[in-house]
Amino acid sequence: MLTWLLGLLILMIKLGVVLGCLLFFAAYLVWIERKLLARLQVRIGPNRAGKFGLLQPIADAIKMLTKEDIVPQAADRMIFLLAPAIVAATALLMFAVVPFGPDIRVAGRPVAMVISDLHVGLLFVFALSSLAVYGVALGGWASNSKYSLLGGIRGAAQMISYELALGLSLVPIVMMSGSFSLVDIVNHQARYPFLLVQPVAFVIFLISAMAESKRIPFDLPEAENELGAGFHTEYSGMRFGMFFIGEYVHMQVLGALVAVFFLGGWRGPWLPPALWLMIKMLAVCLVLIWIRGTLPRLRYDQLMAIGWKVLLPAALINLWITGIVVAI
Amino acid sequence: MNIDPQNKRREDAPMPVLEAVKALGEGFATTLKHLFRRPITEEYPEEQRPLPARSRGRIVLTRDPDGEERCVACYLCSAVCPVSCISMQSAEREDGKRYARWFRINFSRCIYCGLCEEACPTCAIQLTPQFDHCKRDILDMVYEKEDLLVDHCGKNADYNFYRHAGILTRAHAKGAHPDEEAPVDVRTNLP
Repeated sequence: MLTWLLGLLILMIKLGVVLGCLLFFAAYLVWIERKLLARLQVRIGPNRAGKFGLLQPIADAIKMLTKEDIVPQAADRMIFLLAPAIVAATALLMFAVVPFGPDIRVAGRPVAMVISDLHVGLLFVFALSSLAVYGVALGGWASNSKYSLLGGIRGAAQMISYELALGLSLVPIVMMSGSFSLVDIVNHQARYPFLLVQPVAFVIFLISAMAESKRIPFDLPEAENELGAGFHTEYSGMRFGMFFIGEYVHMQVLGALVAVFFLGGWRGPWLPPALWLMIKMLAVCLVLIWIRGTLPRLRYDQLMAIGWKVLLPAALINLWITGIVVAI
Repeated sequence: MNIDPQNKRREDAPMPVLEAVKALGEGFATTLKHLFRRPITEEYPEEQRPLPARSRGRIVLTRDPDGEERCVACYLCSAVCPVSCISMQSAEREDGKRYARWFRINFSRCIYCGLCEEACPTCAIQLTPQFDHCKRDILDMVYEKEDLLVDHCGKNADYNFYRHAGILTRAHAKGAHPDEEAPVDVRTNLP
């Protein structure tokens, strides 16, 4: 009984730390993104709220919380209110299987530096990213606006299309490490990161994960200029903010997954493991922002063409070659 | 199907892979280069760029070099104003010079076209480079004469209407104003 309670306590602490860090970084990722994008465009960026605009995320939060919260009269109220939560929750849940370091010993008992080391960790990640599609599709549908509905369907179609390439790009990783557990995958990269042996899978994973998390240049769901935004047209205030918290958490998840699958996870010299994972995560996020600052948004047919005609065949060929090499 | 004559290939056909990668790389290099440049942003309220003297901003009523009001309330500015935002009431002083009893500009209607300035025969009404006057209440945008009148000459530092025009007033005969030249007797020009 006591061991069980202690286990629960440790789990609660881990959850609190991880959730707190995630949400804090999500807020500051917005600041980093705005600042970095500004510098890429030879602007200054946010600098009014606090030194270097460091209080900007807080100002944004206050603004969103105090804005009028509108629920369309004919909306399916329950689902309308639930959709942003689905998007944010699925993104947050993905961190349950991300390992932050090797097991450490606290008071003589081993504590895993991961919330839950699932044997099917990779499948868990995919399951959750499939669930995120519901947030988008239901958000669009529950708004009871044809415009949002189309936006939701468009977003869902995009996310589902890229999920195939995303999954297939990681099968070689599973073949090489022989496990679905993220901890095992990191442990298999003790000698060299998988980036060196699977560069094609890395590129496919990065591109399709960007499309999956609706990052620019695949951000058609919120194409505010040419399509006038999609599934979240009817959302306002913090509900709208929830979608974007989900998106920025997803961005961190993406960084963490790239780090775990291709960059050797927490491994690195001198610094503590968790710090290495954070550095790798941040590096991936910075690259994503750089991509956002450079590439224009894709047209919808181009988006679908890249997903189905380029990434999916490339992932299949990569899988085939890896299969042959592993078999030999 | 547009054919690009230079490249002899359809514009919507996929680029050769190497060319595409090179083009992508160039784009990324460009944005990365910009990262190390100094921002060219002007932080407006702190850094104000001086505007040309002839910029058309807030309207003022100027005075002549002697410190007298230039405006003679001739209604020309009011008449020429395309949005009718200028109104006034003319009156006459003891010495026979005209002036505006009240003068009002509704800046919430003004389009800063500068026609009033061009129409003014005495250079009284002038536009200044100050473009950033705004108020919380739209009624505060209605400026009265005391808000409009400034104590300088504006753009025409030495222009005095009464010295140039032979105007008959109760104080002075035609051409008898200070330093004024007497009007030309046209009959002396007859052959």
